Amino acid sequence: MTKTELCLLTAAQMSQGLIAGDFSAQELTQAHLDRIDDLNPALNAYLYVDAEGALATAREVDEARQAGQQLPQLAGVPVAVKDIACTMGMPTTAGSKMLQGWMPPYDATIVAKLKAAKMPILGKTNMDEFAMGSSTEHSAFGPTRNPWDLDRVPGGSGGGSSAAVGAYLAPLAIGSDTGGSIRQPAAVTGTVGTKPTYGGVSRYGVIALASSLDQIGPCARTVTDTAMLHEVLGGHDPMDSTSLQAPVPPVLEAAKNRDLTGMKIGVVKELSGDGFQAGVLRRFEEAAAELVALGAEIVEVSCPHFTAAMAAYYLVLPSEASSNLARYDAMRYGLRLGPDGVDSPSAEQVMGASRAAGFGDEVKRRIILGTYALSSGYYDAYYGQAQKVRTLIARDFEAAFEQADVLISPTAPTTAFKLGEKLDDPLAMYLGDLATIPANLAGIPGMSIPVGIADEDSLPVGLQVLAPATQDQRLYAVGAALEAALNDRWGATMLDQASHLALTQPYDSQEAGA
Amino acid sequence: MSTHTADQVLSIEETLANFDPVMGLEVHVELNTNTKMFCGCATGFGADPNTQACPICLGFPGALPVVNAKGVESAIRIGLALNAQIASWCRFARKNYFYPDMPKNFQTSQYDEPIAFEGYLDVDLDDGSTYRVEIERAHMEEDTGKSLHVGGATGRIQGAEYSLVDYNRAGIPLIEIVTKPLTGAGERAPEIARAYVSVLRDLLKALEVSDVRMEQGSMRCDANVSLRPKAGTDATSPEQLAVPLGTRTETKNVNSLRSVERAVRYEMTRHAAVLVAGGSIIQETRHWHEDTGVTTAGRPKSDADDYRYFPEPDLVPVAPDAAWVEELRATLPEPPAQRRKRLQEAWGYSDLEMRDVLNAGAIDVIEETIAAGASAAAARKWWGGEVARRANKADVAITNMGVTAADVAELDGLVREGRLNDAMARQVMEGVIEGEGTPTEVADARGLELVQDDGALDAAIDKVIENNPDMADKVRGGKVQAAGALIGQVMKEMKGQADAAKARQLILSRLLPS
Repeated sequence: MTKTELCLLTAAQMSQGLIAGDFSAQELTQAHLDRIDDLNPALNAYLYVDAEGALATAREVDEARQAGQQLPQLAGVPVAVKDIACTMGMPTTAGSKMLQGWMPPYDATIVAKLKAAKMPILGKTNMDEFAMGSSTEHSAFGPTRNPWDLDRVPGGSGGGSSAAVGAYLAPLAIGSDTGGSIRQPAAVTGTVGTKPTYGGVSRYGVIALASSLDQIGPCARTVTDTAMLHEVLGGHDPMDSTSLQAPVPPVLEAAKNRDLTGMKIGVVKELSGDGFQAGVLRRFEEAAAELVALGAEIVEVSCPHFTAAMAAYYLVLPSEASSNLARYDAMRYGLRLGPDGVDSPSAEQVMGASRAAGFGDEVKRRIILGTYALSSGYYDAYYGQAQKVRTLIARDFEAAFEQADVLISPTAPTTAFKLGEKLDDPLAMYLGDLATIPANLAGIPGMSIPVGIADEDSLPVGLQVLAPATQDQRLYAVGAALEAALNDRWGATMLDQASHLALTQPYDSQEAGA
Repeated sequence: MSTHTADQVLSIEETLANFDPVMGLEVHVELNTNTKMFCGCATGFGADPNTQACPICLGFPGALPVVNAKGVESAIRIGLALNAQIASWCRFARKNYFYPDMPKNFQTSQYDEPIAFEGYLDVDLDDGSTYRVEIERAHMEEDTGKSLHVGGATGRIQGAEYSLVDYNRAGIPLIEIVTKPLTGAGERAPEIARAYVSVLRDLLKALEVSDVRMEQGSMRCDANVSLRPKAGTDATSPEQLAVPLGTRTETKNVNSLRSVERAVRYEMTRHAAVLVAGGSIIQETRHWHEDTGVTTAGRPKSDADDYRYFPEPDLVPVAPDAAWVEELRATLPEPPAQRRKRLQEAWGYSDLEMRDVLNAGAIDVIEETIAAGASAAAARKWWGGEVARRANKADVAITNMGVTAADVAELDGLVREGRLNDAMARQVMEGVIEGEGTPTEVADARGLELVQDDGALDAAIDKVIENNPDMADKVRGGKVQAAGALIGQVMKEMKGQADAAKARQLILSRLLPS
């Protein structure tokens, strides 16, 4: 197998190949490192590549396998980690100048789990600064580009992870989803991503954006691969008080499902229609028809309070973020600057100057919003009301799940937009997360799976599946069945339809005259 | 030595003639848990700076808190001992403000949902009256780090060249106990302040939840004081209670019982001087200066200080099970005041004797001594007398004199069985304090023993009667008190090694007709 062929395998195939001895973990890891060398300069999916560390893990796996030791299922299968998770020995920046070069003294729980699973960690992927954004353009280290079209965004905040997986720079990646940062990038890059139930995966060591909304999850190219990584990441962590005291839902078992007979699937009335791109709606409707063909019954459900979700989200998130980001004050770690022209600045002046220089505009915008929303006299009208809206949204979901086992909607209202297109219009950018935000507000799990290419721009479209809290396996049952049916219909996988993704040189649509 | 210009003050008599004082006392108590409130760091006092700190209590990116269950247990026990209600459900909240010794730039505390609320503590005063201190709330929070300002004249931040921060204290569990405004105190206000803190300290000590060492800062008191014009017949009259409260000042970190009383009295007299001169009190914090006995202005403090409180999203609510609370109630020690009354009755001490015992801090050791077999009178005599005198002179606690309860009981036994008289017993005690061994060992080593041989005593008596015929005649004539001089002579003959009572008995039987 050539290096490129190795990278084109699914994680499940890589795992099988390693077990069968078809190739070594070192070969597999090296193939990815070489591909990163070739393509990352154009994509900027990785902020940091740890060739040495990844190869060392691969070598360990090869030696252990040769010695006949029992190894975890994904041992030797490389993985990329969003730069929001603390990694010992690798800088962790959260896409911010504030933490440029910061070396954490500890591993996030999920990183420790990847290490325990003997998965070589290729490096850290790009993201919007502190996960604030839907395009990865708010990274302090330059935007990531969409492998489908380099002039387009890969989604955000986890555009680095989605682009890496979509361009075969990693079979698996870690994402974090506060309002759609796993699902929306998956949708616009034709990949799969899951936001698990809140508390299903430990947040310990993952740099907080909004604590009550943040959730860590898997990114991959297939539903089965996503499930395999989900099982590695999930489970109770005593270091995270909000972590669920429950076993990981049987997601891998569910991903074997091909039959939806008797399943009731709700289409959320409020998450469709106006503001949704025609090509997105067309693919979504076809996918819904496919689900019926698989035996499911489609029902329309209404979640009337979803109209207030965006407003509530942009109060809860900035409020929590303003407090979570207060610790970046230059006193103990990170960027430290004095104000210009001040000989011996006070601690307060250093804090001010460092925060002014270290945070980007979007971060400052949200800190100011949140500080304002929590201020006395405004708290009840803003933060307090937003919490009430959350309760109403959770009730909408409860009612909907009485009528349906899962809910579906388009993941994002549009396909990938052009770089710079929404940078000066924050509200337009925020609206891209319209369909993904309610799940975060209610703490329920959601998944995005690719359902084809929009006619008007030949860019990928994602479908979102939502399930009740702790029922993550339902996402995989629906996702796997739909994925298999669509692959049958297409006679190929989603990514196979974009053959340029597999090229070893970046594909420029303009040069190609597309 | 601080050099503070003293403000104008009025005499306490003039102050009380014109004004009615109202106090509010906030006491911070560091719990003596083995680990910090939200992480596993050690809590020992006096460790090298920053050796008891970890990513969690240093507020590193991604770190998350986990509640110390022992801290919650202590908080509940304190609440119960303060006769307070225990919340069946409450949350932590973030108190947001920037300060370099606060790693996250928010303090994890409790806001409108304290673990305990609406309690009281009865305080006995010197005039025999009892004042009920109403407790508004007791809540859980974490301590901050400690700043050391270097290079200034005062050790305060103003004028310092730089500051060092020790985070060992950051995250130590604190309970803040807040009283309601204490009205009706009148002239007793300073005494009540001191007595309340003293009673509270005894209570917390009995609960074994804190070291309550004010000098080490494990118990700290902030005293709010305000004055209002005098009205009605006395401080508790309805007319007086109807007068609105005046503007208060908050004197911070008053770190001894004596200082609490002095600081309250000082602020009363300072407020009075400002008010009679037609001025108004500035709402502010004040610093107490132990050496000069005055307060100086700190920072302005308005009721509108905006800490942007909101429920801590990284922690789950604390919902103590009712059965658990009842279990904890059963572990409460007898309230110190009740215990004192019970013991005073059992031991037959006068009020004065009991107060001496309390002032000497001897109540526990006396109880132990009596349990070891000593009489109540002897236990008080030794611990409240000889040992206390020497301890006071050496400026150490009586329990640190090298004398145990068992020693005192043994010594009392030797006296009672007639082996030692008082003078000898004092010598033996001296030997025990010098570390020469147990009382028996000291008596043996020093050859101290009453002569039990009646022959020697008889001979001495015969000799003394013969040498003092006048005295003997007086006794024979019925002047029994004259025997005292003869006894003295006998004791002299015996070099003190005789039982004076026995000598008296023998002399009288010799001289008086039976």
